[in-house]
Amino acid sequence: MHPAPSVIIFTTLSGLGFGLLFFLGLGLPDVSGWVAFIFFAIANALAVGGLLASTFHLGHPERAWKAFTQWKTSWLSREGWCAVLALITMGLYALGVVFLGQRWNLLGWIGALLSLATVFTTSMIYTQLRTIPRWNMKLTPAMFLSFSLAGGSLLAGQTSIAVPLLLLAALVQLLYWRQGDKAFSASGTNLGTATGLGQRGAVRTFEPPHTGTNYLLREFVYVVGRNHAEKLRVISFVLAFALPILLLLIPFSHFFALLAVLSHLAGIATSRWLFFAQAEHVVGLYYGKR
Amino acid sequence: MTQLPTSTDRKMGLVIDLDTCVGCHACVISCKGWNTENYGAPLSDQDAYGSNPSGTFLNRVHSYEVQPEQGSAQLIHFPKSCLHCEDAPCVTVCPTGASYKRAEDGIVLVNESDCIGCGLCAWSCPYGARELDMAEGVMKKCTLCVDRIYNENLPEVDRIPSCVRTCPAGARHFGDLGDPDSDVSKLVSEREGMDLMPEMGTKPVNKYLPPRAKDMIEEQIDILAPLLAPVAEEPKGFLGWLDKTLEKL
Repeated sequence: MHPAPSVIIFTTLSGLGFGLLFFLGLGLPDVSGWVAFIFFAIANALAVGGLLASTFHLGHPERAWKAFTQWKTSWLSREGWCAVLALITMGLYALGVVFLGQRWNLLGWIGALLSLATVFTTSMIYTQLRTIPRWNMKLTPAMFLSFSLAGGSLLAGQTSIAVPLLLLAALVQLLYWRQGDKAFSASGTNLGTATGLGQRGAVRTFEPPHTGTNYLLREFVYVVGRNHAEKLRVISFVLAFALPILLLLIPFSHFFALLAVLSHLAGIATSRWLFFAQAEHVVGLYYGKR
Repeated sequence: MTQLPTSTDRKMGLVIDLDTCVGCHACVISCKGWNTENYGAPLSDQDAYGSNPSGTFLNRVHSYEVQPEQGSAQLIHFPKSCLHCEDAPCVTVCPTGASYKRAEDGIVLVNESDCIGCGLCAWSCPYGARELDMAEGVMKKCTLCVDRIYNENLPEVDRIPSCVRTCPAGARHFGDLGDPDSDVSKLVSEREGMDLMPEMGTKPVNKYLPPRAKDMIEEQIDILAPLLAPVAEEPKGFLGWLDKTLEKL
């Protein structure tokens, strides 16, 4: 799959932002006034910034509001609803915490759940696609949710929670890579089933439909950078999990905490790039490519 | 609405005969010709006369080689367009309701004024049947020539999809695959028509007729063959002398 920057920015930043909103909704850290304002501002900037970035890849962003209509069947529509409801709920909760000195716990818990639901619905947009075996796994939502929770706890400064959550996210990441690498062959789809000719013999592409490229090849057959996938996996794993855990375990300083957050962010962005770049769409089979 | 109809009155679709298709791409050209100037936004091309041309097509013809365990390889031309699936994933993923499947005839269409161009329907289609038009920013797909098949301004003979009307080999057939007595349904049952990627669970309406088995060359091709055995087995004259001389060297 073509790793569109808009979608990588969106899933990375929004995942982190909604993760932070989850912990703020639970009252972690227990802040008020200006400190709370800054926490909520960061969370909203990440969540809303990510959502805005996602509209950049649309052909017609001005019609994006229509995406709220099909929540009955479409995960993309459900994501839109969850995101708006989470932001409104957490906005009201933030008003109380920042300006009124009030902590409306129930509202915070509802907002926290909606924030997690947003991350879950985002992951389901990818998970639902049977055409992309590497995404069509239960580990995909597990990965999105565990990343969001780990990043959120890190940003919320919850060191004692962040270390186990980062360890959990690291484990899910490793499992995701392990299962994802086998997913395409395990799906049973090949050029034989794609053409229906597989039982007659070995099928080989003889001639493509056109000499140039097309939308399908640009969007679904992305092979650049796969050569370096293994190296990028190591880099992303070290940045997203290993380094932040190390920085959290040494005696606390604000500088190291900031470094841990930035390292985690860069690592997650790299992992998300690989999530798209390594995903193979079955339509590539028709072109003799994957 | 992007909820799929529980059933459709008819299942209009194509039957494509892989035995007959000669790979001439006439269906590709006629499809582009009709659909670029009728229903919806035109099918744009980018850099059409430059070094890297690309464009929107609703129908493309691939060519595959099949090598059986025994016998000679076979070349199969393979036209591919929207299969108007009964369980169309492209419809249910659409966030705006722009994608829909008609309850009356099962045709899958895009309402272009509602399409935001997010591309998710193309992601969900295993067949590559949907292409985002680069000029218009909306999703384009085969309409089964919905503006031809019911068009009473056209002579009756033309009220079939453009690709079917054009095919010089008669490799494309159009009809109601929901009616077991229709010509296309009979053709599918006689020739054991098949689904593409059945494991995807999309239940395509369009069917493909597999190529017939190739003739095998038997040992004796004609009863007169023994009488046609070569008369001169050994070269004579100059060639005979040359053969013997070269042999001795």
